[in-house]
Amino acid sequence: MTDSATETSDVRPVEFRGGGFRPSSPRWVGLVVFIVLIALLEWGTRAGFISSLTVPRPSDVFLTLWDLAASGALWTNLAPSLMRLLVGGSIGAVAGITVGVMIGLFSFVRAGLVPLVAAIFPIPKIALLPLFVIWFGIDEASKYALIAFGTFTPTVVATYGAVDNVDRSLIRMGQSFGLRWSTVVLRIVLPGAMPGILSGLRVSLAIAIILLVAAEMLGAEHGIGAYILQAGSLYDLERLFAGVTILSLLGVLLSTTVGLVEKHVLGWRT
Amino acid sequence: MELRLEGVSHRYGDVEVIRNIDLSIPKGRIVCIVGPSGCGKSTLLRFLGGLERPTEGVVSQVGQPPSDSINPLTYVFQDFALLPWRTVEGNISLILSDHGVPTKRANAIIEDVLARTKLSDFRKALPKQLSGGMKQRVAIARALAVNPAVLLMDEPLSALDSQTRELLMDDLVDLWTKSPFTAVYVTHNLAEAVRLGHQVVVLSRRPGAINEVIEIDTPLAERRANDPELERTQQHLWALMRAEAEAADMELIDD
Repeated sequence: MTDSATETSDVRPVEFRGGGFRPSSPRWVGLVVFIVLIALLEWGTRAGFISSLTVPRPSDVFLTLWDLAASGALWTNLAPSLMRLLVGGSIGAVAGITVGVMIGLFSFVRAGLVPLVAAIFPIPKIALLPLFVIWFGIDEASKYALIAFGTFTPTVVATYGAVDNVDRSLIRMGQSFGLRWSTVVLRIVLPGAMPGILSGLRVSLAIAIILLVAAEMLGAEHGIGAYILQAGSLYDLERLFAGVTILSLLGVLLSTTVGLVEKHVLGWRT
Repeated sequence: MELRLEGVSHRYGDVEVIRNIDLSIPKGRIVCIVGPSGCGKSTLLRFLGGLERPTEGVVSQVGQPPSDSINPLTYVFQDFALLPWRTVEGNISLILSDHGVPTKRANAIIEDVLARTKLSDFRKALPKQLSGGMKQRVAIARALAVNPAVLLMDEPLSALDSQTRELLMDDLVDLWTKSPFTAVYVTHNLAEAVRLGHQVVVLSRRPGAINEVIEIDTPLAERRANDPELERTQQHLWALMRAEAEAADMELIDD
């Protein structure tokens, strides 16, 4: 082999092989997917490709939503649902975070509760609704309990995982400076676990919405779940889809809220 | 206040990591501990500050720490151990407020230590905005803020690049010259040991035992990077350690 690299005329740019594997999410793409899907449905139902018995026309669903809002029925259904979500979800999340942190900190609690949580986690909480009705009555309390119970387990699991993942060297640092135990927990362990807790909260809140609907389908006068159940039993697809749309929007809203909280609380992350 | 190790041995299960070490840390001097990797030098440092307990032997402090010392035995860690969600100032104030230092005095202390470590302009910065060298400066400032009787430094410059290391060594020499402090400085870098140590303790490989203790009389401020005297000491240290380091490198790790 001769050293003639500079003499040869075969000069090519080095092929680029890096890049990719770093998904970013431009805002507009998500919106476009929604619009295209809805437009497709609208076009299909209008052109007759899709019968109105299969899927209702999106514009009709929108009109139904509009009427619902105009008549005030939207609020009479949404208000109790939001209340149930708020109360049940808060109880579940607060209890879950507390228990999760205790599991993360104390050997005895960990040994005692981790198997218990693992046993409770896979139970479909909806199956327990009749039990809750017996315990807490047919009123709001049983719905709160169901939602709280459903958000509790995933929050516990996410929280103790997050506490386990807190950088031990930071805790050693705290001890080496003679910080009080409570300060180590409140100022080092909790903030350090916050990213994991918040991402767990995303999952828990989605589960809370699912359970909200389930609870309202069994004995509730008002609420999005009751509204959907009613529409479903009448095969009123427009109203059914209107209700489902509201639930989706609720999910997006909650997820965005958690996102905003993350942005605010976790600005220190690199 | 002095620190003293007497007959300290340690084992993790069946593995003996430290064997019968006697050592005292004299006041106002920097004692460097060097040794091949895995010789237990960091473990020894954790004994000195009470973060770990040896299986045998006694670690004692001789005399009272100065009354204005907030945390007599204070560490500087290799990985800085800064809370990423707190600013430079917040990292220091957390410790001061937990020890009940009133806000006004805490502010004065923070201002003073940040000035001493050339960080005054970075008071409100978050750790993620700082370079490695700056982060270690913050950690040093935090350690100085509690006015320690003994500074326990665990490879403080090992995570930094060689240029930053030079700069920080100069800063440490400056700090010591202005107000001498007592320190134990664990490192595997012999150049750091001969630049900063009044006394260099050479440990053998696992199980770590004291191989030799070398005194270096040249004042810290007069030590230059290519001083022939220091060069010779460093060569001597390397001659002591070379075979050990080689053997330690070839060892299988089975635990």
